Amino acid sequence: MTTSRAAAILLAKELRLEFRTRELLTTTVIFALVVVVLFSFAFEPTAAESRRYGPGLLWIAFLFAGSLMLNPSFAREQSNETLDALRMAPIAPFAILLGKMLANFVFLAVAEAILVPVFAVLYNVSFSGVAGRLILVLGLGTLGLVITGTVFSAISAHARMRELLLPLLLLPILTPLLIASVEATASLLAEQPELDRTWVAFLAGFDIVFLTASWLMCDYLLEE
Amino acid sequence: MPGSESALTQRSAISFVAEQIALGEPRANSQPSERGPAGNSIGITFENVEKRFGSLVALRNISLEIRSGEFVALLGANGAGKTTLLRMAAQLMKPTTGSVALTGTGSKSEDARGFIGFVGHSTFLYDEMSAEENLHLFAQLYGLSDASARAAEALTACGLSSRAGSLVRTFSRGMRQRLAIARALLHEPRLLLLDEPAAGLDRQGLAWFGTTLERLRAEGCTIVMSTHARNESLDLATRAVSLAGGRIERDSSTEGNPTKMLAELRSAQGGEA
Repeated sequence: MTTSRAAAILLAKELRLEFRTRELLTTTVIFALVVVVLFSFAFEPTAAESRRYGPGLLWIAFLFAGSLMLNPSFAREQSNETLDALRMAPIAPFAILLGKMLANFVFLAVAEAILVPVFAVLYNVSFSGVAGRLILVLGLGTLGLVITGTVFSAISAHARMRELLLPLLLLPILTPLLIASVEATASLLAEQPELDRTWVAFLAGFDIVFLTASWLMCDYLLEE
Repeated sequence: MPGSESALTQRSAISFVAEQIALGEPRANSQPSERGPAGNSIGITFENVEKRFGSLVALRNISLEIRSGEFVALLGANGAGKTTLLRMAAQLMKPTTGSVALTGTGSKSEDARGFIGFVGHSTFLYDEMSAEENLHLFAQLYGLSDASARAAEALTACGLSSRAGSLVRTFSRGMRQRLAIARALLHEPRLLLLDEPAAGLDRQGLAWFGTTLERLRAEGCTIVMSTHARNESLDLATRAVSLAGGRIERDSSTEGNPTKMLAELRSAQGGEA
């Protein structure tokens, strides 16, 4: 079976489970919304202020939402040792990781699709002229977040203090990605919006490097 | 120590596997779903295997050859190393030292996994999915054609077709165990690894399980079943190996009178249970 076919089967399984339990999306969306709403009271959300603080705030909300979402990603495969069942199936180990990455990407993208319009209203920002470019930046940034997050979720799943371990491992690695995402988003919110190609290229490079690394190391990542 | 060790130490596990493949085990590279009757099961060779978990040594210098078509009862008290041995055979764990090789499979580990069925302490099932959805998922992952039909067949065989649409979390312990066994048999494995498989099964479940094992043995499937308690399935075993403290204590195949030793080991298990 091809890796993409196996990953698609596992993605369907993840979506089915999430649709049934709504464990991840509910908590993530509510948490991210609370962050955005609370910060809107912390400073005067004029257009100028929002342009200055908005991108950072938006990505902090995405990061927190992602951390919440990624932690149970592999941990919930442990209750009946279902990860072992997947590891025993005649599929490439990377398919297991890829299925999880795709599912986490879909979940975080849904959370972002809810969060961004709320952010635009509360912070008095308009994304109307830059929607396509914003989707590109959000897509690349989110992809980097879920690739690294899923990998570290797999690593920390066997640890006793995994809730603590995941952010400890993840945040230093994600710092360059977050800086690039914030800068690229800020350039889209500027008075003269433009796509900062340097940061976008950096985001794409980050995604490619970490996806390749996870593909090369997936045998060890999923090992007991 | 089993007598097969002296022969095995003269050749590496790799060359042994290569030889087995070169000799052309019947349908060695067939797809899991294509297993036919007797003669195309696979064997396992453990060579000087040691497994450590930190300072704990779970297995010590295990050399054991399980030939294709054998039904081996793996006996021993709790903590003897039975589960660790089975998990290594299932490719879920690597030895700290030594080697574990499957004979009669393709060279890729992905191929080898497709021939193995494993029933472990956990059910390997998703609680929030129905019985049918669980079996359908694994039928798809094992690349079986017509996954829905195979899942339905398996549900009928294990007597759970009336609960096909129910979520696994609503099942009793025994029903989960039946489904776990059905999941492991879904792709018609050529090597079946069973770790305390009878746990939670009622009389009806045990009868179904016994009949299933009998059929698989007749078809030539290699079966390794661990247990620390006496159960009727042990009577089907053709060989018994007992573990104690991570070492092979006795092996019926290397003792003068295998039948007598198997009976003694069975009896000892009965006493412990």
